[in-house]
Amino acid sequence: MPPSLEAVGLSKKFGNFAALTDLNLKLQGAKCVGFLGPNGAGKTTTMKIFTGLISASSGRALINGVDVSKDKKGALASCTSLIETPEIYSSLTPKEALTMLCAIRGVPSSERNKRIDEAIGRVKMQEWENKKVGSFSKGMKQRINVASTLLSDPEVIILDEPTTGLDPRGMTEVRDIVKSLDDRLVFMSSHLLAEVTEVCDEVAMIDHGKLLVYDSIGAVTAKFSGGGGNVDVGFSHPVEAQTISIVGSVMGVLSVIPGSERHLLLKFDPKTTSQEKLFEGLAAMRVGVTSLKETSSGLEDAYLSLIKETL
Amino acid sequence: MAVTSERRSRESSLAQVGVVAKYNFLNYFRARRFYVMIAIVLLISGLLTFVIAYRRPAGILTADLGFLSLVWGSFVSLIVILSTAFFGGDAISSEFQNRTGYFLVPNPIRRSVIYVGKWIAALTASTIILLVYAAVAIANSLYYFGFTLPNEFFLSVLYAWIFLAAALSFAFAFSSLFKSSSIAVLMSVIMLLFVFNVIDTVASSLAGVEPWFSITYGAGVVQSVLTVPYPPHVFSTPVGPGGGFSLTIFTAPVWEGLAILGIYFAVMAVLGLWLFERKEFTA
Ligand SMILES: Nc1ncnc2c1ncn2[C@@H]1O[C@H](COP(=O)(O)OP(=O)(O)OP(=O)(O)O)[C@@H](O)[C@H]1O
Ligand SMILES: [Mg+2]
Repeated sequence: MPPSLEAVGLSKKFGNFAALTDLNLKLQGAKCVGFLGPNGAGKTTTMKIFTGLISASSGRALINGVDVSKDKKGALASCTSLIETPEIYSSLTPKEALTMLCAIRGVPSSERNKRIDEAIGRVKMQEWENKKVGSFSKGMKQRINVASTLLSDPEVIILDEPTTGLDPRGMTEVRDIVKSLDDRLVFMSSHLLAEVTEVCDEVAMIDHGKLLVYDSIGAVTAKFSGGGGNVDVGFSHPVEAQTISIVGSVMGVLSVIPGSERHLLLKFDPKTTSQEKLFEGLAAMRVGVTSLKETSSGLEDAYLSLIKETL
Repeated sequence: MAVTSERRSRESSLAQVGVVAKYNFLNYFRARRFYVMIAIVLLISGLLTFVIAYRRPAGILTADLGFLSLVWGSFVSLIVILSTAFFGGDAISSEFQNRTGYFLVPNPIRRSVIYVGKWIAALTASTIILLVYAAVAIANSLYYFGFTLPNEFFLSVLYAWIFLAAALSFAFAFSSLFKSSSIAVLMSVIMLLFVFNVIDTVASSLAGVEPWFSITYGAGVVQSVLTVPYPPHVFSTPVGPGGGFSLTIFTAPVWEGLAILGIYFAVMAVLGLWLFERKEFTA
């Protein structure tokens, strides 16, 4: 049976406020699914229901076919998670805290040390493994939290903004970790669209507690991004009006917007041209083009067209 | 990739209780409050030891039971209540307030297992405190009365331990009720130290009703057992001018005191667990 996460008519109310309304979502198989939506959309709420931190007002949350509200222990047997920013008992060391999790999750004692060393190594915390967590910085704690999801060889991993509080290198490292989990089902919320584009295969978008779309990144982009690509073009000299009209005549260019002194923002039609062709076309015009850089991904366009306003 | 059925295997709940208890105890044992509690115990014991050694009051140095009633009996309830508040008062609420529950709860483990494990850890830490206090009392008694200890003393220690278990159960229930650790700790101290005492006094002295519904009334057996013969269940003395007003003193017999503690333990355990099972991890 492939790993799966399934929400069936899942709803959550806080008093009168509907944080989640009739969510139906089935994720199945080894892949990474990004969970996108504005602040307060209900991402964390959904993930908390799946991990038994809160209970749904109605509907069912199933992990590998097991209902969390009926059999939490069974549902989470092969699922690890990182929800918001957990804290570890302050006088324990990372090694002790992870040993505790291994014991709770039933990792055979003969394998514990190996698994813990490996997990701590992957988040580069070896130097700190025997220091008390209480004195750690936010990002150091988050690294241990990431390590904690890797211990028990889970089939399903739920990550709520896992790169929060990490330094740039830490973010890259966590992204690499997530990418390496390609034999599992990873469900990851994030506000970093570039991150989602880089590591995820599919995206689910949610707003005001309602699911807007769930599909592969390619399909979502193609359907909702309006098909446009955006690039920033750099020039060796200040841009003149003449240059703008020349650039506008290059095949596939839809619009030209002046950026800073030596930059233009182009929107191009990916159906008639590619970035490569565009660059060749621009170079052939001999107007001093020195660089061409993608500014917004298709996913960002899709996000902005699907989610009109925040909050 | 490992076989699916192997990956989805689970650890037994009993083993998990032990794991939760072990690491929570470790956390207590390394925390400042454990040593603060030890310091309080040593301070009280030290003060008693010093005053007795210095003053040598004839009244209590004639009988070992009377002596133990002073050095052990008069402060043991306070020690039980303080360690209950220290180790039990925020045991559950801190999982919410300090967000440690976000690390522990989303695992293949029942909430009740976490609850029981934490309770055992708190009981272990408090028992150590109680034993340190008992050890000083024993050392004192051995010094003044030689190598004999009355049986009543051991019964008193046992009852104190039962009181500890009941009080911890009570504090855990409060801890499940409040999300703020400081309020949970404060509430258990206020309840156990003042409110129940007021209830006892008002009920027995003013209303003439036996306070069988009070945990501290039940805990009276810890002290009463050190009195030989055991105090009567009901005792009335006329007070005031001309004896127009009579004061009634109730003393719970051993069976009744233990029954009260047992019922508190059970009811509060069920209530606390019920609250914890339903409590949501929301910011
Ligand atoms: N305990 C609570 N009481 C009332 N409302 C709540 C509670 N917890 C969450 N909410 C509301 O539920 C909604 C969804 O919150 P949630 O944390 O799921 O958002 P999110 O998608 O994770 O947002 P973010 O991107 O900011 O993390 C929000 O509007 C929030 O105000
Ligand atoms: Mg969130």
